[in-house]
Amino acid sequence: MSRLVWMLGAGVLSGVVGWSAALAQNAPAGNAANGKKLFETVGCFQCHGFAGQGGAAGPKLIDPTPFPAFITQLRTPRQVMPPYTERVLSDQQVADIYAHVKTFPMPPDPASIQILR
Amino acid sequence: MGTGTVSKTPKIKRRQFLAGAMAAGPAAAIVATTKSANAQAARPAVPAVPQTAGDTQAPSALPRLTTNGKVGGDFMVDCLKALDIDYVTSCPGSTFRGLQESIINYGMNSKPEFITCTHEEISVAMGHGYAKIAGKPLAALVHGVVGTQHAAMAIYNAYCDQTPVIVLAGNVGQGTMRRPGVEWAHSAHDQATIVRDYVKWDDQATNLQDFAEGLVRAYDLATTAPMAPVFVVADADQQEEEIEHEKLFIPKLRKRSQPTGDAVALAEAAKMLVAAESPVIIAGRVTRTAAGPKLIAQLAETLQAPVIDDRARMSMANRHPLNHTERRQAAIRGADVILALEPYDLYGMLNNVNDLIGRPSQPIIRPGTKVIVLGTTDTQIKANITVYARYTPADLGITGDAEASLPLLIQAVEKEVTPQRRSALATRGQKLKEQSTGFMKAVHQQAALAWNASPVSTARTCAEVWEQLKSINGEYTMSSEANFLSEWPYRLWNMDKHYNSMGRSVGGGVGYTCSASLGAALANKEHGRITVSLNGDGDLMMSPGVLWTAAHHKLPILYVVHNNRAYHQETMHLQRIAQRNQRGIERAHIGTTIDNPNIDFATLAKSMGVYAQGPIDNPADLGPAITRALEVVKRGEPALLDVVSQPR
Repeated sequence: MSRLVWMLGAGVLSGVVGWSAALAQNAPAGNAANGKKLFETVGCFQCHGFAGQGGAAGPKLIDPTPFPAFITQLRTPRQVMPPYTERVLSDQQVADIYAHVKTFPMPPDPASIQILR
Repeated sequence: MGTGTVSKTPKIKRRQFLAGAMAAGPAAAIVATTKSANAQAARPAVPAVPQTAGDTQAPSALPRLTTNGKVGGDFMVDCLKALDIDYVTSCPGSTFRGLQESIINYGMNSKPEFITCTHEEISVAMGHGYAKIAGKPLAALVHGVVGTQHAAMAIYNAYCDQTPVIVLAGNVGQGTMRRPGVEWAHSAHDQATIVRDYVKWDDQATNLQDFAEGLVRAYDLATTAPMAPVFVVADADQQEEEIEHEKLFIPKLRKRSQPTGDAVALAEAAKMLVAAESPVIIAGRVTRTAAGPKLIAQLAETLQAPVIDDRARMSMANRHPLNHTERRQAAIRGADVILALEPYDLYGMLNNVNDLIGRPSQPIIRPGTKVIVLGTTDTQIKANITVYARYTPADLGITGDAEASLPLLIQAVEKEVTPQRRSALATRGQKLKEQSTGFMKAVHQQAALAWNASPVSTARTCAEVWEQLKSINGEYTMSSEANFLSEWPYRLWNMDKHYNSMGRSVGGGVGYTCSASLGAALANKEHGRITVSLNGDGDLMMSPGVLWTAAHHKLPILYVVHNNRAYHQETMHLQRIAQRNQRGIERAHIGTTIDNPNIDFATLAKSMGVYAQGPIDNPADLGPAITRALEVVKRGEPALLDVVSQPR
């Protein structure tokens, strides 16, 4: 790889990181109440659980990844998750779902649960 | 025998109504029967006082009304006793009325005991679960063509899971012996053809001696690896005829060993395993006896190799530091030699097959990884059924029952391990132990997620059940499949006995869990063990009649209904296709959910005499409810808890 190409690549990468970081800090405002409705009607709960706990069919959503990674996974999922294209879920709806996901409470410390000790 | 065939040894038969008609042959018998019937129809009801001599004297052509000696059904019971069959599960039917009468009166309903079921699918599936726990088959008695068809699904599951069940099927083989109407609809010339694709062997005997030999052969085949259900027709006339000669005998069952692997091949496998840097053991359908989990642990410890339990049986103690099922893919990806014991879908274990358009797949294993297969699982293949899965190459294939071959393999491995090598293996083992500690901690962190959520999380349900089971010192069987519960029982419970888990159905015919679980409970009853079925709601709705059988026969089982009010897997499938077609999934509930109205499983259970509570949707209520239910089960009776649950 020539130095120029490497530098260009690094520049693009840093740009992406910077853009992602900005988006993470400035995720589109979402309506959590509408997000809850969507979460349960468009089937997020089927794999991730009503409380975002995850399981054998999908990872946990509690304490979610930053919004850019979240929407990227929805639109063009890795592995076997079904894609949610813009035809079935708008960016605003995704933002609403994200707002709802952010409300999932953090779990208690397992050490504080007697039957899990 | 066809309708035109003449018996070589004609005898008076109980079902041939006119004793004097035999000399004139079957046609005359039919005519005489018809005349008799017509005459009876024309007569008025029994007169108050004798009218003629005919009313006080026996007519010359009196139908034979009774038998005086041993009948064929009695001999069939002798055969079942000789094979040490403890139970006959059945939904009654006229094609085996003779055998049933012999079981309850001649055999006095003891060894075998008649277990009343409400569907033949339950009868056979009980046999499936029973065999996995008892280590021997029972007999499921099914009624003619209709009972065979009801039983077909459960026979198929037992076939896919390579489990022995003796299916006895009633049939009225001779047309001239059938009552008009329904008996014709319930009989067949070749009854086994209905299920022949998925039984190991079938037989339709033409006389009692053939029946005895056929049944013993069927038992022998069913219980020899690779095991499978067998189908034996018990002809109605043979059941009901008086035995008229004394030469009948029951052959002694061969004391047969299970097939073991070739010594040279096992030695070669041992060399490969000991020389490997990262060997991995995949345990499929290995365990048949108490020895199974111990042998797998012994092999793993000798090699200091991780084991991936496919959870087809109770293969290895789940908290053993070398049980690395939690890091299944990583372990397989890192392997340089893989030993697969009785795998039933090796391709699926070694490859990722994604449910995307075109079903793309990628190997999990690295190029150059050596694969050794030990087992008989893939030697039982029938032309039509594809449960054998994709053909997977192996560097060494050893044909032999894995559990029977493991002592020989362990010996060969021990012979290969030098002191220097043993030291290296110990270092590897220490690393594996540390990994094990790590993922056990992560399991508890994951279980805490949604701990207080409603509907109740599957982790919370399983943790609460386990908390109550701790008091019974491991004397339990978790009889259900756990994949719809995110495998939580395997992750949270302590399983170290060969009966602690029953494994998968493999065939996947819904309705297996509730029925096979009841079979496990039947096997566990005499040992004082408790059976726990974490049962899907869809599965229980396939065969809710299990609840009545559980109550009627007082079988100690706890059904915890994982009530997610859906055929959840199918919802996900529909969701996948709708998303693929970019049509949204707002309508994916159509045809896949089980709500509106919600099923009240507690009321359903109570209606059949089973103690029940629910619906329980507050996780805080779960612990006390389980305590109360287990008290009932400890008394030897069934109980049910309806838990409104998260999807998985």
